[in-house]
Amino acid sequence: MTEVIRFIIGFFLVVGSFLTLVTAFGLIRLPDVYTRNHAASKSATLGVMCILLATFLFFYMEEGHFNSRLILGIIFIFITAPVAGHLISRAAYNSGVPLWEKSVRDDLKGKQKYEDRNM
Amino acid sequence: MAFQILLNFFLAFVWMFLSVSFTSQSFFIGFLLGLLVIFAFRRFFNSRFYLLRVAAVISLLFLFLKELIMANISVLKTVLKPKLDFQPGIFALPTELKTDWEITLLANLITLTPGTLVMDVSYDKKILYVHAIDMPDVDEAINEIKDSFEKAIMEVSR
Repeated sequence: MTEVIRFIIGFFLVVGSFLTLVTAFGLIRLPDVYTRNHAASKSATLGVMCILLATFLFFYMEEGHFNSRLILGIIFIFITAPVAGHLISRAAYNSGVPLWEKSVRDDLKGKQKYEDRNM
Repeated sequence: MAFQILLNFFLAFVWMFLSVSFTSQSFFIGFLLGLLVIFAFRRFFNSRFYLLRVAAVISLLFLFLKELIMANISVLKTVLKPKLDFQPGIFALPTELKTDWEITLLANLITLTPGTLVMDVSYDKKILYVHAIDMPDVDEAINEIKDSFEKAIMEVSR
C-alpha cells in the first residue's frame, strides 16, 4: 500500500515539475505576450498544484502530519492564477502591446465603438 | 439557499437540546433529520431544495478540474510542436449571465479552458472578449463549451 502511495507521490512530483518546465519553455518560445500568458496561466497553475499536492500527500502518509496550509495554498493558487493572467493580458492590451502578426481577428478593437453605441 | 442551511443547523441544535446530548454525533443525527424535514417542506421555500444546489456546485468544481487538465494537455501540444503554426485572435463572446460573481466564475472557467484567455469584459457586462490561441478550430467548439459552462453556472445560481 505504501508503495502505491509513494508511486502516486512521485507521479505528481514528476508531472508538476514537467508542467513547470513546459511553462518556462513556452515563455521562451511563444511569440507574443498573450500566447505566453496562455502557457503561464495554465501550465504553471496545474504544475504548482501538483507539486503542492505531492508535498501534502508525502507529509500525510509518511509522517502522519496533516498540513491544512498546503490545501489552502492549492485553493488560493487555483482561484488567483487565472485572475492574474487576465489582468496581465488586459493591462498589456490597454497599454498598446501589439498582437502577433499572424493573428487573424481582433474584436477587442471594436470595444470602444460598441460602448459608444450602447452607453 | 443560505436560509435553508441556517434552518438546518437550527434544527440540528434543537435536536441536541431535545435529546440532552451535546456531542458531534447527535449534531450529525439532528442535521440529517433536519435535512429530511426540510426536504418534506420544500414547497414552502422560495428557492430549490438546497442539496440540489450543493450538488451543482460540486459538479462545477469537477468541471473546473477536468478543464484545467485538458487545457494543460493542449498547451503542451502547442508549446512542444516543432512548428508554430497556430493563428491567435480575439473574439467577442456574448453572455447571458447577469450578476458579477457569475461573470467572474465564467471568466475564470474560460481562462482555464483549452486555448482561451479572457481579456476584457464590456461595461454593460454583456460581452466577454476572449483571446483564443488557435482561431479556426476553436471558434465553434469553444462556443459549445461556453454553453455547457453557462448552463452549469446557471444551475448553481438559479
